Amino acid sequence: MNETKRADPQPLAKIATGIEGFDALSGGGLPRNRTTLVMGGPGSGKTVFSLQALVNAARQRGESGIFVAFEERGREIMANAATFDWGLPALAEKQIYILDAHLSPTVVQSGEFDLSGILAILKAKQEAMHAGWIVFDGIDVLLTLLRDPIVEMREIYRIRDWLADNELTAIITAKMDSQTAAVVNYGFMQFMVDCVIRFDRRLEYGVPAHRLQVTKYRGSDFASGEFPLSFGPSGIEVAAPEPPEIIHEASTERVSAGIERFDAMLGGGLFRGSSTLITGAPGTSKTTLIGKFAETACQRGERTLFVSFDEGADQIMRNLSSVGIDLQAHVQSGLLRMYSGRTEARSAEEHLIKLRALIRDHQPRCMVIDPLSAMAKAGGIGAARAVANRLIHLMKDSKITVVISALIEGNDPQAEATDLQISTIADTWIHLSYLVRSGERNRALTIVKSRGTWHSNQVRELVLSEAGPMLTDVYSAGGEVLMGTLRWEKEAEENARQQQRQAEFEHKQRELEFAEADTRARIKALELDLQRQQAELALYTLDGEARVLSSSEREHELRRMRGADLSTRTDPAAIPPPQFREPS
Amino acid sequence: MRRKQIVQPSDPAAVAAMMVMRLYVAGGAPNSVQAIANLEAICQQHLKGHYQLEIVDVFEQPLRALADGVIVTPSLTKLSPLPAAQIVGNLSDTRKVLLALGLQGKTP
Repeated sequence: MNETKRADPQPLAKIATGIEGFDALSGGGLPRNRTTLVMGGPGSGKTVFSLQALVNAARQRGESGIFVAFEERGREIMANAATFDWGLPALAEKQIYILDAHLSPTVVQSGEFDLSGILAILKAKQEAMHAGWIVFDGIDVLLTLLRDPIVEMREIYRIRDWLADNELTAIITAKMDSQTAAVVNYGFMQFMVDCVIRFDRRLEYGVPAHRLQVTKYRGSDFASGEFPLSFGPSGIEVAAPEPPEIIHEASTERVSAGIERFDAMLGGGLFRGSSTLITGAPGTSKTTLIGKFAETACQRGERTLFVSFDEGADQIMRNLSSVGIDLQAHVQSGLLRMYSGRTEARSAEEHLIKLRALIRDHQPRCMVIDPLSAMAKAGGIGAARAVANRLIHLMKDSKITVVISALIEGNDPQAEATDLQISTIADTWIHLSYLVRSGERNRALTIVKSRGTWHSNQVRELVLSEAGPMLTDVYSAGGEVLMGTLRWEKEAEENARQQQRQAEFEHKQRELEFAEADTRARIKALELDLQRQQAELALYTLDGEARVLSSSEREHELRRMRGADLSTRTDPAAIPPPQFREPS
Repeated sequence: MRRKQIVQPSDPAAVAAMMVMRLYVAGGAPNSVQAIANLEAICQQHLKGHYQLEIVDVFEQPLRALADGVIVTPSLTKLSPLPAAQIVGNLSDTRKVLLALGLQGKTP
């Protein structure tokens, strides 16, 4: 027998809330035409969340909605909403109706009552407005009046049935006892609705931390776990989960950090989209290097973001101008955006959200953070570490080249490894330290690591002047490293010695040349002598031969002239040649 | 369902002291039906006809109920004489109703 055909799975219809991060972690938003329960303690953000969803639906999709306020008055809600950029009064004309469902304290209760009346009213209003959304905010206030838990349950079911009948996307908010994490008296509501979101507000290390968690979502995947949220100008922003796989493109383009020798130390400069960490004790000029990088980026015409947790923008610019770095011009042109944040009152999470907003607004290609370690001041080191990690990944995703500074006490770079632990994810790690010797303090710069490129292992000295920061060689010979004036002395000594050697060499060279010339001259003279003697010899030989020849010729001639017998004498030519003898 | 009961008393002075009330009900819902019955009993016993009562059905006139600020049903509003008062519930607790209407202490 054939199996009956399997039904195609229908994905649950969802409706976006427009709330940053929430739509991501819920896989698309709230369930359409179903009810969502939002629970949380006082001040945890339930009302803001619900109202924000309503506002976004109206602004982004033109959908109308009704907000039934049981706990607060309509006036209060409008006043609170004015702190965000929703423009609620304008929307309240046509698209969002706020129903003041607050029971006056002077009302007397006699016997049981129910919610059928208000539901009838809401139905009429919904039809008139064609509303698709409805929020019941603070329903626990109303239900408390019913007193009887059985009656409460009945009324809640009445609401739920009514919502289902009328095809509305609904949000119900209720107060929760934060200690026991269970909705007081309304535990069963969680089973009745399709989606449950829990808001939590607690103090961590003295700083308020807000979180939300989706604890139930019928028929859908969702990111379980708590996610931090903060309140920005547009309302709630949730820190959405990152995709689990790290996928970053690696660029081969290099950017200059502003100091030629520094770029050379790194094999040409920093990689585009990489992260660089500069660590060092206070006063080692981290901010100077960072400032130079920022200035150089602006000079290339790239938008840059300068985030400081230590000093205000004006102070930074004034300090940097004393070493020849001018940021003011770039701020005015709009290329450079400077942001100074206070670290004590905000949690690391809130800083991350703020930085994300800044990045989105300014769209920088280069970014500096000075110092990142300041994020650990409020809210505990664990949170700061997580945030630091996410921040770096965020910047890699956006292909921003970033330079971060971190403070470490003392001179040991190993200490950074235990603090924020960015040193493991940063691509390049530069350490600045002090060398104190002979009453002088000099700054040393070393590259601890640089991924993907050759880098120099040599310590260099960082020198600041009005022309800007510069790197110079250190004197390193005979196993010692000298900086500052000691180096200068030693270098001067070296120079002098060098010159002396050079002079000696040249002198010796000249001497040898003279000697050579001398010898050559003598050789020449001797050669001439030799030539003269050879000539003399040749001449004498010739002469000798000629004399012998002429004497025999003369005799021949004499005999001829005398008429002697020539034949009796042999041919002079036949006469054996005379042996050459010294003429006596 | 809408009923107006106006019973004119013979004494003109008593007209000024007449109780004017409005009861909002949700159709034939149990609490609402009970409220009407309870209210009529109280009126018979304590007001002896010196009252004006308007009954408004929220299902028939929802927008009016909205305008009047009705949240739960049944809901009784005393309009006159002042001070105004509002009572919610099916009016089963007679003592409270009398207290709210200012009839406590008057002889039945």
